[in-house]
Amino acid sequence: MNHPATAISSCWSCKGPVASRALFCSVCGAVQGPGVVDHYTRLGLPRSFDIDQEALDRQYFGLQRRVHPDRFASKSSREKALSQAQATALNDAHDTLKDPLRRAAYLLGLLGSPVDLTACGTINDRALLMEQMEMREALAEAETRERVSQLAMEAESAMIACQCGISAAFNANDLEQAGHLAIRLKYLSRLAEEARAKKTRITRTP
Amino acid sequence: MLLQLHEPGESPAPHEQDRGLAVGIDLGTTNSVVALAQSGAVEVLRDGDGQALIPSVVQYDEDGTVTVGREARRMILEKPEQVVSSIKRLMGRGIDDLKSLAGTLPFRLDSAAEGGMVRLRVAGRTLTPIEVSADILRALRTRAEEAQGKTVDRAVITVPAYFDDAARTATKDAARLAGLEVLRLVNEPTAAALAYGLDHGAEGLYAVYDLGGGTFDLSILRMEKGVFQVRATGGDAALGGDDIDHAVAEHFLAERALSRGEVTLTEGEVMQALAAARVAKECLSTQREGDWMIEVGGIATRHTLSRETLDALAAPWLDRTVAICRQVIEDAGIEVADIQGVVLVGGSTRMPLVRQSVKALFGRDPLADINPDEVVAVGAALQAEALTAGSDTLLLDVTPLSLGIETMGGIVEKVIPRNTPIPVAMAQDFTTYQDGQTAMTIHVVQGEREMVDQNRSLARFVLRGIPPMAAGAARIRVTFTVDADGLLTVSASEGTTGIEQQVAVKPSYGLTEDEMATMLRDSLEHAREDMDNRLLAETVVEAKRSVLAVQAALGVDSDLLSADERKGIDAAIAEVERTIALSDRDAVTAAMEALETATKIFAERRMDRGIRQALAGVAIDSLDDAIGS
Repeated sequence: MNHPATAISSCWSCKGPVASRALFCSVCGAVQGPGVVDHYTRLGLPRSFDIDQEALDRQYFGLQRRVHPDRFASKSSREKALSQAQATALNDAHDTLKDPLRRAAYLLGLLGSPVDLTACGTINDRALLMEQMEMREALAEAETRERVSQLAMEAESAMIACQCGISAAFNANDLEQAGHLAIRLKYLSRLAEEARAKKTRITRTP
Repeated sequence: MLLQLHEPGESPAPHEQDRGLAVGIDLGTTNSVVALAQSGAVEVLRDGDGQALIPSVVQYDEDGTVTVGREARRMILEKPEQVVSSIKRLMGRGIDDLKSLAGTLPFRLDSAAEGGMVRLRVAGRTLTPIEVSADILRALRTRAEEAQGKTVDRAVITVPAYFDDAARTATKDAARLAGLEVLRLVNEPTAAALAYGLDHGAEGLYAVYDLGGGTFDLSILRMEKGVFQVRATGGDAALGGDDIDHAVAEHFLAERALSRGEVTLTEGEVMQALAAARVAKECLSTQREGDWMIEVGGIATRHTLSRETLDALAAPWLDRTVAICRQVIEDAGIEVADIQGVVLVGGSTRMPLVRQSVKALFGRDPLADINPDEVVAVGAALQAEALTAGSDTLLLDVTPLSLGIETMGGIVEKVIPRNTPIPVAMAQDFTTYQDGQTAMTIHVVQGEREMVDQNRSLARFVLRGIPPMAAGAARIRVTFTVDADGLLTVSASEGTTGIEQQVAVKPSYGLTEDEMATMLRDSLEHAREDMDNRLLAETVVEAKRSVLAVQAALGVDSDLLSADERKGIDAAIAEVERTIALSDRDAVTAAMEALETATKIFAERRMDRGIRQALAGVAIDSLDDAIGS
C-alpha cells in the first residue's frame, strides 16, 4: 500500500491530495514537508553503489534551488520550517551518497544486510589486521614530508581499488563481500586521513 | 480570463510592496558598511563626503546623546570614558571568556557582573555589547533611510564565518533592538564570494581570505552556475588588524618609556599610541618609512617605523592565519594547486605583507580588483534582494565549528562535525549511568577540542522525567538542528516514554526574553507598534496564502461542490479579503478560521477523490516534475 510512488497525503495548505514525495502541492503550489523516502529516491537517482558524482551534484543543486530556506525568507513561518526540513533532508541524502564509505554502508542497510561501521574497534579479518598494522607502522616511522605524502598516496590508491571491489561485489549481489570491503575501506580512509594530517603538521613546522 | 502562473514556491510574496526596504549590512569590528541592491544593481550607501565606511565606534554623552561613526571616533582621545570601539570582539562573550583578553581591550568592564554576559561601564551607564551593536545598526539604518527616503526594516547582516552560536545570536538580538528583521545571517567570506563571483563570473574552487579588524576567516568555496557551495571554513574570532595595531603601539610605548625612563603608562598614552599605530600601519602600506608623534601631558616623543619593523611585528599574527589556511585546505580535502583564485577581503589585507604571505602560500597573486572594505556589504545587499525579490542564486554554507555534548569524564561527544552543510539535523543516543536515574544534564558545547573545558560552553539544560530504569537501559536521543543562519536548537527525548524537551540554545551568554523585552521598551519608543505591525504583516501573508490555496483547489475540484456549498466558501473568502483590508489582526484570524470550517467538507471530498484515483493507478500529479531538477 505504501509504495512511495503512489503514497498520498493531505496538503497542509489547500488540504487536497498530494503525492508523499512531492516537493510542492500541484494544486496550490505550497511547499510540502520531506516525505519518508530513501536517499536515492529523494535525489532521483538509481539505487546503486556506482554513482555519477556530477549527476548527484546536479540533482542536489537543482532540488536545493527550489526548496532552500533562502527561497522562503519572506514566507510564513510554516513554509520556512517546511523548507528547512526539506533542505535538511537533501543535505543528509547528499552527504551520505557522496561519500563511498557512507554510501556503501547505507546501501547495505537498504538491501537488508546492515554493516556497523561505528563499532568495529577490533578487526576479525586476519589479513586486514596485518595489512593495517604494517601501514600504520610505516606512517608512524615516516619522518619526511615526501615519505608521508607517498604513504598518503598509497592509502588513497588502495581506497580506490577497494571501492572498485565494493562496486563489483554489489553488482554480483555479494553483500557479504561488500560488507567486508566496506570495513576495509573504513580503515584505509582513516589511515589516509591521518597521513594527510601528518603531512600538514610537517609542512607547518619545517 | 487568463491567470498568471508561477513556478511552485517561486511566486513573489504578495506583500512585498507593503514592506520597507531590505539592505545588506557588514557589521565590522572597526568599520561598518550598508548597501542596497535593486534589480541586481548594488549601491553602497555613502555619507555627504562619499565615505562608505562608518567607524564602528559609539560615543555615549553624559546628556544621553548617542553618536556613531567618525564623530565618535574623534572623541576617543578627548573623552575615552564615553567612547566604545571594537565592540564586535565582545559579541556573545561571557565574563570568563575575557580574562584571557584582559588588558588588550579598550573597555571598562562592569566588575559587579558575575558570570553571564559582559557588561560595559560607559559614561555612568551599564551597557551590553548587544546594545552597543544595536546603536551602530541604528546609525546604518538611518543612513539607508535618509539616502532612500523610505523605511528600512529588514536586513541581511554578515558575521565572521568563525563566529560561534552565542555571537550569532547576539548579532541577531542587536538587529532586533535596532528595529531590523534579520532576513539571514550570512558568513562574511560567503557574502564576499557571492559579490565577487557574480561580478566576475568566477567558476571553480576559490579561497576567500578575510582579515578584518578583529576577526579572521578563510573559506573555500566551489562556484558554478549560480551555486556558491562552501566546502570548508575556519578562522579565529579574535585575530585581526587590531592585534597588529596593539603590537605596534606596544613598540611605540616601549620606546617612549625608554626615553622618559618611566614604566607606568597613562590611559591617554595607550590611546594615543594605538591611534598613532593605526595611522602608521595604514601609511606603511604605501610608503616605506615614517615618523609619528605621541604627545601626552606636555611630553612629546617621536617614533620612526619602517615597513621592515612593521612586518616583523605583524609576522606572528600572519603566521597564525597561514596555519589556519593550511588546516582549512586539508579539511576541504583538496590541494593548494586545486584552488583557482584567492580573493582578499577586509581592510587589513591592504598590508603588503599580507599579500606576500597569501601569495607564498597559494602560489599565485591574490585577486585584489575588488574593494576589500565594501565587497562584504555588496554581497549582503545582493543576498537581501535575493531573499525578498527572488533569485536563482544558491548559497550553501557549512557549520564552522563542531557541536557536541558533554559525556562522562568531561569528554565531548561530537554530534555535528565542523564543515557540515547547513541546514542540518543530527541525532545521537545517550544513556543513563546510574540505576534509577530520572534526570540528565545536557551540556551543549562548541569547538574542536576533546575536553569540555577547552571548548565553548553554549548551554546547559536538564532533561527530567526519565522513568527509573537500570543504568544503561534508557535511550536518550539528543537532536541538534542548525538552521540556515547557523543557529542551533537542541532537543532531547527519552525513547521509552517519548518525553521531549526543546531549547533554543541561548541562555549561557545571551539575553533572556525578559531582558530583551525591557531593552526593546527602553530603547524604542515605537517597539510596541513595530511588533504589532510585524504580527499583522505575518497574519496577512498567511491569510492571503490561504485564500490563494483555496482558490487553486476550487480551480481543479469545484465539481465536488453543490452551488450552495460553493456560495458558502466564496463568502468566507470575501470575508477574509474584507478583514485584510481593515488591517485588524484579530478579525483576519477569525475570518481565516471561518474559511477553514467552510472548506472542511471540500477538503475531505478532495482527499477521497485523490485516494480513489491513486488506488486506480492514476498519477495524482506529475511526479517527475515534482522530483526532477
